[in-house]
Amino acid sequence: MSLDPLPLCLLFSSALFGLGLIGALARSNTILVLLGIELMLNAANLNFIAFWRYGPATSPATGVMFVMFSIAVAAAEAAVGLALIIAVYRHQKTIRLQEANRLKG
Amino acid sequence: MTAALVLIAVFTLATAAVALSLRNLIHSALLLIASWFGIAAFYLWAGAEFVAFAQVLVYVGAVSMVVLFAVLLTRRSRADTVIGPDSVARAISAVITGVAVFGVLGVAILKTSFGRLSPADVPPLPGGTGVSSVISAPTATVRDIGIQLMSTHAAALLIIGILLTVALLGAVVLAAQEGPESKHESP
Repeated sequence: MSLDPLPLCLLFSSALFGLGLIGALARSNTILVLLGIELMLNAANLNFIAFWRYGPATSPATGVMFVMFSIAVAAAEAAVGLALIIAVYRHQKTIRLQEANRLKG
Repeated sequence: MTAALVLIAVFTLATAAVALSLRNLIHSALLLIASWFGIAAFYLWAGAEFVAFAQVLVYVGAVSMVVLFAVLLTRRSRADTVIGPDSVARAISAVITGVAVFGVLGVAILKTSFGRLSPADVPPLPGGTGVSSVISAPTATVRDIGIQLMSTHAAALLIIGILLTVALLGAVVLAAQEGPESKHESP
């Protein structure tokens, strides 16, 4: 079975997305949920690079630009998410998602 | 060429899968760093060197440190990095959901013929065939990226700078310890 590189890249990225989804849904530790979301973001970046490399020709650096900005937004998201986790931990003394169910501070 | 891709994919997926199934948070974080390295290797394989180095700098260097700090700041005792078991029913339904999403995406990918899409959309080059421009890899040197960042995408670069500043300030405000003097500050 011989596949072209582009479908292989896309399958790789879908598998990574599925893994991140499983991690984000199955775990009850907030840090692991955030890491699952990071994996899904990374899978989207893989798609950008795969289509930039093998897709129809565009202007030279379009896919690279997209991934650069995407990585920057993902970094900001990770910083804010982990700060939220620390803030929740200070109020509730736990980072299990099931136990962080009060709206009152 | 394809063998290297399969190798990178297997390494990345295996480390990510093991990382998301472990009980020890430190081990999970370290394995996820290995997985991010695998993704950087994929970028190198695809010829996007600058993105690969950005991935190593941002994920392997910065996000991993933030994650490790969060793990260490949110434990109650020295041995509290091992978390209790999660609910099995949720894990099973999560695996079903994830496999279903991967199945739908995989079938969609395998049913699509990408080869027909690429050469038809490319206008034939003068003195060459249109196909060759698709086969040959696009190149984006650091010089090209810099020029594009400063000309075409200058506004986006400024906006991303503002976004990063605001997000990191917000993170500091959210995570800052409320000292005893902050209780009676003026509203």
